[in-house]
Amino acid sequence: MSAPAQTGAKPPAPLEAVAGAFLARYEARPDRDIAREQAAELFRTGGLPGAREEAWHYTTLRPLADAVFDPPAADPGELLAGLPEIAAPRLVFAQGRFRADLSTVPSGISVRTGAPAWGGLARPAIEKLVALNTMLAEDGADIEVADGVDAGTLVLASLATGGAFHPRHAIRLGTGARLTLVEVNLGAGAYLNNPVFSVSVAEDATLVHLRIQNESPGAFHLSTLYAEVGARGTYDSFLLSLGGRLARVEVHARLAGEKSAAHLNAAQLLGGGQHADFTTVVAHDAPATTSRQTVKSVLTGRSRGVFQGKIEVSRHAQKTDGYQMNQALLLSGEAEIDSKPQLEIYADDVKCSHGATVGELDPDQLFYLRSRGVPEAQARSILVRAFLDETLDPIAHEAAREAMEGMISAWWDGQMGKEGAAP
Amino acid sequence: MLEIKGLTARVEDKEILKGIDLVVPDGEVHAIMGPNGSGKSTLSYVLSGRDGYQVTGGTATFDGQDLLALAPEQRAAAGLFLAFQYPVELPGVNNANFLRTALNAIRRARGEAELDAVQFLKLARTEIKRLSMADDMLKRNVNVGFSGGEKKRNEVLQMAILRPRIAILDETDSGLDIDALKIVSDGVNALRAPDFSALVITHYQRLLDYIVPDRVHVLYKGRIIRSGGPELALALEATGYASVIAEAA
Repeated sequence: MSAPAQTGAKPPAPLEAVAGAFLARYEARPDRDIAREQAAELFRTGGLPGAREEAWHYTTLRPLADAVFDPPAADPGELLAGLPEIAAPRLVFAQGRFRADLSTVPSGISVRTGAPAWGGLARPAIEKLVALNTMLAEDGADIEVADGVDAGTLVLASLATGGAFHPRHAIRLGTGARLTLVEVNLGAGAYLNNPVFSVSVAEDATLVHLRIQNESPGAFHLSTLYAEVGARGTYDSFLLSLGGRLARVEVHARLAGEKSAAHLNAAQLLGGGQHADFTTVVAHDAPATTSRQTVKSVLTGRSRGVFQGKIEVSRHAQKTDGYQMNQALLLSGEAEIDSKPQLEIYADDVKCSHGATVGELDPDQLFYLRSRGVPEAQARSILVRAFLDETLDPIAHEAAREAMEGMISAWWDGQMGKEGAAP
Repeated sequence: MLEIKGLTARVEDKEILKGIDLVVPDGEVHAIMGPNGSGKSTLSYVLSGRDGYQVTGGTATFDGQDLLALAPEQRAAAGLFLAFQYPVELPGVNNANFLRTALNAIRRARGEAELDAVQFLKLARTEIKRLSMADDMLKRNVNVGFSGGEKKRNEVLQMAILRPRIAILDETDSGLDIDALKIVSDGVNALRAPDFSALVITHYQRLLDYIVPDRVHVLYKGRIIRSGGPELALALEATGYASVIAEAA
């Protein structure tokens, strides 16, 4: 049997057209070097991630094909005022470009900007969005805290008004160093923010990474972070994800040194037609390492939340302690949560657990509050906040936590406005 | 004044209240006694507005206001308080915040000024002391990890702070040891005033030794089959419900 002859070329699939546009943008760049050329080759053959890949089963980038990004404004204007009030130095990027005029210089921290901070951990050959980032990255922050230095708090802000940008950040903490990094993503209009982070935490060092994803309702936020933690070191992260039209935050953490720890906690608050995906891979690659993941999802409207958490325990990672929990609160009949835990264990003396729950607000709790005089809308708000408490309460940085509380309240008020008294 | 006339209600397909007539004048404490399944808790939930309890007939008014037309929070603002038989746990909700939110919601609904954190804490600490409760009760999450007795005391604390005009105590004595029973009763008695009334629902006479009622009503199969003074409770204790039920039959 012979295949019928093809007459005329088929139009490219929608996402191929998007990939083509990114490639064209790359071809026009004057600063193509070997690393970028290799990434471009990977992207040329691999394209954007699609549903055929297991890691992208629940999230499709298809909406990118219909998106028209706004022309970026020269001045991020009011967005700056939306930054949390945190008394700390800040590095501000607008459209992925460092803005010295909006930033303050930290002390005790070495910061370089003006070029992508490649770091050593990213895998463009595996993660397609990282190939895209590598091909098109223009700027980023190279943040380094020297051995033994407690560098306090640093704010890393992304402000966006349009366009597509691919920041590339590297964070390195020396032996025994400490830093609280408050990452804030804000914006207005339609745009794509595709950052990649390479995070190295040396022995006995602690990085607290508080991540606020409060992009504009028209935005795409596709973030990939790689972390590697040395002996007795801790990568302690919390993600608050409440913005964006389509958001995916992917974290690959490798516990490389004995007794190292990773906390990948998150709260997802979604409404309307929002889609947010939190995908984690924790590799326990040394003995007596610990990972903790508590992910809480609050879903209203037709929104869809995704949590994919994978725990890999290598043969020599005995005494591994891994815990993973996803709890979802569905406040409408049309919202959906997809929760996928995965354990891959090759050591024999480990403690790993995972769980998932899905539910609605408890009518008994609601009645109890109302019987005490609390109006229904306020009672719901109190119970939603209570649901999130387990992830918010451990945040030691008070100003950052208060800023997040404010965003959660504003989010809730917005949902109430959209959907009436009972979202 | 609470006035209930010909009140009938069902839960799912089952008629539980079959015509309740009851008047509780201001300043009086009435007890409702009855065997299990007589409709005592249903009456308390119908009066406080819980979902799932369908009123099929009759009326219930408080100071002439139609209670049954109000949302639960509006009933609370009107001065109604239900002390739960099984107080609900609220993980992630701090007890002090809960109490202050409730108090201020009620004050707001009544057009009164809200209390700030300092004013509230002063009030709460006074009441906590009076109820012999541990100070850390305010810092803990609402009813989470509380013993049965602590939960009931927390109900009375809420009542003391919210200052209702009519309180329904749904088997507040269940699960209390004698010391806790005394403390809880003292808490209720402290509220007794010409403009406060209470409906004390209980299975046993024991509680009524401490909270002495003006009237006692016997509820059986959804109807009040007998009413009398405090001596009725003593008679019930001596002879059991059977004789009263037999008399009414």
